[in-house]
Amino acid sequence: MWRFPLIPEQASTMALSVDMLTIFLLIVTAFFSLLIAGLIVFFAVKYRPSNKTVNREGAPDSHLLLEIIWTGIPLAIVIVIFFWGTGVFYQLRTMPADAVQMHVIGKQWMWKIQHPEGQREINALHIPVNKAIQLTMISEDVIHDFSIPAFRVKQDVLPGRYTKLWFQATKVGRYHIFCDQYCGTLHASMIGEVVVMEPKDYAAWISKGAFPTESGASSAQPTPASAGEELFTKMGCSSCHIGTGEGRAPSLVGLYGKKVVLSNKQTVTADDEYLRESILKPAAKVVAGYEPIMPLFQGQLTEENVLELIQYIKSLKGTSDAIAR
Amino acid sequence: MQSLDNTESYLGSEFNLKSWLLTFDHKRIGILYLLTVTFFFLMGGIGAMLIRLELLTPQADILQAEMYNRTFTLHGVTMVFFFMIPSIPAIFGNFFLPMMIGARDVAFPRLNLTSYYLLLGGGLFALAAILLGGVDTGWTFYTPYSSTYSNSNVILMGLGIFIAGFSSILTGLNFIVTIHKMRAPGMTWFRLPLFVWAHYATAVIQVLGTPVIAITILLLAVERGLHFGIFDPKLGGDPLLFQHLFWFYSHPAVYIMVLPGMGVVSEIIACFSRKKIFGYSFIAASSFAIALLGFFVWGHHLFLSGQSVYAGVVFSFITFLVAIPSAIKVFNWIATLYKGKIYLKTPMLYALGFIGLFTIGGLTGVMLGTLGIDAHVHDTYFIVAHFHYVMVGGTIMAYLAAIHFWWPKMTNRMYPEFFGKLSALLVFVGFNLTFFPQFILGYLGMPRRYHVYPPEFQVLNVFSSAGASILAVGFTLPLFYLLGSLVWGKKAGRNPWGATGLEWQTASPPPTLNFDKTPLVTEEPYEYHGEDMPNE
Repeated sequence: MWRFPLIPEQASTMALSVDMLTIFLLIVTAFFSLLIAGLIVFFAVKYRPSNKTVNREGAPDSHLLLEIIWTGIPLAIVIVIFFWGTGVFYQLRTMPADAVQMHVIGKQWMWKIQHPEGQREINALHIPVNKAIQLTMISEDVIHDFSIPAFRVKQDVLPGRYTKLWFQATKVGRYHIFCDQYCGTLHASMIGEVVVMEPKDYAAWISKGAFPTESGASSAQPTPASAGEELFTKMGCSSCHIGTGEGRAPSLVGLYGKKVVLSNKQTVTADDEYLRESILKPAAKVVAGYEPIMPLFQGQLTEENVLELIQYIKSLKGTSDAIAR
Repeated sequence: MQSLDNTESYLGSEFNLKSWLLTFDHKRIGILYLLTVTFFFLMGGIGAMLIRLELLTPQADILQAEMYNRTFTLHGVTMVFFFMIPSIPAIFGNFFLPMMIGARDVAFPRLNLTSYYLLLGGGLFALAAILLGGVDTGWTFYTPYSSTYSNSNVILMGLGIFIAGFSSILTGLNFIVTIHKMRAPGMTWFRLPLFVWAHYATAVIQVLGTPVIAITILLLAVERGLHFGIFDPKLGGDPLLFQHLFWFYSHPAVYIMVLPGMGVVSEIIACFSRKKIFGYSFIAASSFAIALLGFFVWGHHLFLSGQSVYAGVVFSFITFLVAIPSAIKVFNWIATLYKGKIYLKTPMLYALGFIGLFTIGGLTGVMLGTLGIDAHVHDTYFIVAHFHYVMVGGTIMAYLAAIHFWWPKMTNRMYPEFFGKLSALLVFVGFNLTFFPQFILGYLGMPRRYHVYPPEFQVLNVFSSAGASILAVGFTLPLFYLLGSLVWGKKAGRNPWGATGLEWQTASPPPTLNFDKTPLVTEEPYEYHGEDMPNE
């Protein structure tokens, strides 16, 4: 109650850039607001009807030069703002290459988080300080929005499509996670906490296993990639996607991130979005040289399952010319 | 003389329910709108008070989640679709636009009455949706929540908005034709009052934009009712498609709400400065620049929605361009004050309040149009504060300015000046106390549409709720003294402000056919030359 902050804590590498931009705009806003309010008050007092001594002669009712000036100056200012603001946004939207990959699944009304080491959390996100984190996010139902004010970042989380968000925490501490996109009855309860830790504390936390609690470790949890491998066999994927692609289906070894030529001669990059679609609706994009014989997996896999399969495919390093022919 | 005016006036010519409910007189239709729209304003206001009461404390007290969501939806839908959009055009546009151009009525009087009943009909559907339990989607109806998940009267409410939309389209159409075809002899394009120019620009948006929201609601109803996959990815749809369609109308709709207010301010600033308006043609043209550019900025509502970064960049740039014509208007109004003779009567206080608050609303809009800042404050209280500065600080201030300015003409009664100024002061102070803290709350990260919030946000929320109680007094005061003035008010006469517009050259209240004989216009508008205001 006694502390009265005007800005949230600056706890990420982007926080200062966003705040500097805001401060510049606040100065512009304050300047023009005060100028206009000041002129209104000044004129209202000076030109009050009872003031008979003031000179009211010779006021023009148009003035081209003035119109040009007060068109030109705001235009120049907004162009500066445009480039600055776009620059900051570009940084916010450019994913660092070396970021730790984590997954977020939003559903009414909770955040499910998956660490690459296998840990899962609900409404909490433990991360190491000074390390870039990239979140790949998807919703199971309606649109949500993953927001961390202390990091000055947010991104809508959509059903049926991945969105991404990155940040790098600079300060150890606990910060709010809010759902910022109205998502139904308990929208206001779809909140959580980012826990930024020293690297050694984070390592200790990670080593406690799945659903780590304050009291100690719980059972070990497979990494998403190994869970994906298990699914790959269980769902029967492995019966066709074998070897280097001489079978009924293209090989998946080294596929991730490569260009793929489709049967309609188009080329797409095998990213998360493409893999997700090709698992759930395989007929949408068929690789050149193969028949559209893969069954639909829509409705049979959860969003977690799909993410695990993608992690498994991603883990299949190596080269295969059958894919990118 | 006075009694002669009264027998002929639009109020007294025939006095029974049927003559009012089936009237083709644009002035009576204006009064019908006034009554209907005031009802929805009060309803939306009650919603606002409940919201502010609930937000006094961090916990859920008087409203639980479900009720809170229905309350802010009620507030948003009624205020936007049934108060703000019809307010100035349907009441004052209807009443005064024909008079300002020296016409007897609008071009299509029957269509005008039809428009009124469309709004009323739409309003009744919305009211039914609310009375049957309400809607919990927010006024934005984002899919797939509204189409698949919400368990509330979405289709009924959508139908209400759908129907009311046609009221807006037909009113706009009527105004365009009226302005083109019904001008009195000598009323050339550049002798039109700026109120008329502003309504022309508004009408263009109404006619071109509103059909899109009708289509959008229809698609929403088709997906919700028939499970056709349009917006829900589970059914094969695209949730962002809805947002594009929705904001393609709803962003220009902001200008439907604010442009007529700007027209009101232009009238009042000139009259109460006793000076010709500065930069007439720039103010007129900037209305059209706003209307045109307003159609190409909808994507700034989608910067963080998953829309491509490059689309965001383009929308950000065009958004900045809209700031320019708005700035031009403000500077021209200020220049009008220079060397004027400034009478701070109630309408003028509201009009000056409009300029100050709209400036803050507009500049914070520039902040939100800045990609790097929106990435932090989108969907927080910052945005709530911003659009209330534009909608309440702008549109409602102009609406109150208009009602005080033209009340003497509509009723031949003067409102009590002291109470008028008091209400203007209360509205200004209450408004700033309500919404200024919300900018800070938003930057601190408080999301919108939360009925419970972390305790560190409480102090600012208490300020905001305290301000809302002052604002409520400021808004209800005019209701009482304006009604009281009908009984106790001084007779106003033809032209209590010594104003130049044609509407002031006829009797108060105006006769059914507006003018004894068709006026002949021989000069530009706003021929004020520093003369004293009458009765001063």
